[in-house]
Amino acid sequence: MNQQPIHISRYLLEAEALEKLYSQPQDGAVVTFTGIVRGNADGKEVRHLEFDAYEPMALTVLRKIKQETLEAFSIRELCVHHRIGTVEVGDAAVVVVVFATHRKEAFAACAHFMDRLKAEVPIWKKEVYLSGKVWVAAHA
Amino acid sequence: MRSLELKCFGIARDIVGGPTLSWQADFPLTAAELQGALLLAYPDFLSLSSVKLAVNQHYATESTPIMPGDEVAIIPPVSGG
Repeated sequence: MNQQPIHISRYLLEAEALEKLYSQPQDGAVVTFTGIVRGNADGKEVRHLEFDAYEPMALTVLRKIKQETLEAFSIRELCVHHRIGTVEVGDAAVVVVVFATHRKEAFAACAHFMDRLKAEVPIWKKEVYLSGKVWVAAHA
Repeated sequence: MRSLELKCFGIARDIVGGPTLSWQADFPLTAAELQGALLLAYPDFLSLSSVKLAVNQHYATESTPIMPGDEVAIIPPVSGG
């Protein structure tokens, strides 16, 4: 597993490894969000997802959101790994791990970070169905 | 007129027909001017819920200047996570 706190990966994500690698004795709360590829979308069976990314900018934006989340919430550390390429149903597309003294701030920071990731980071997913494929959220 | 290489991602690749678009433009140029010209040349962008430009890996505002040699990307609606 890549050991950077912020990483874009073509390989399986390992939330537990990140939790172990980054946890410190002072952390009373470790909150992990794992976004998993669902097997259906709007009633259609999904075969897999294909993620495209503007990698250097995605890393820049992830670093910026992380920094602003660290400033806005009482948390100690935040890690995020995001898949690109083909991601199979049941596999993790994204993992966010937040380390803090208390759970309340850790939950809030994790939710805040994910909301901003989904709105700002230049990563795109295409749902591939048994017949056809669609770029998610592209159209109004 | 000088050439600008635009990076395209997601559905923008489908709309322009490839991962890069060689674009001829007069400089100085703002992001709003480039975006307007792109929408005219590729009306399919109008069907998207948003289209943004990034200049040197930062989201552009309407007044962001674009110079020859800048790294410019077309950013359709993002859908990570």
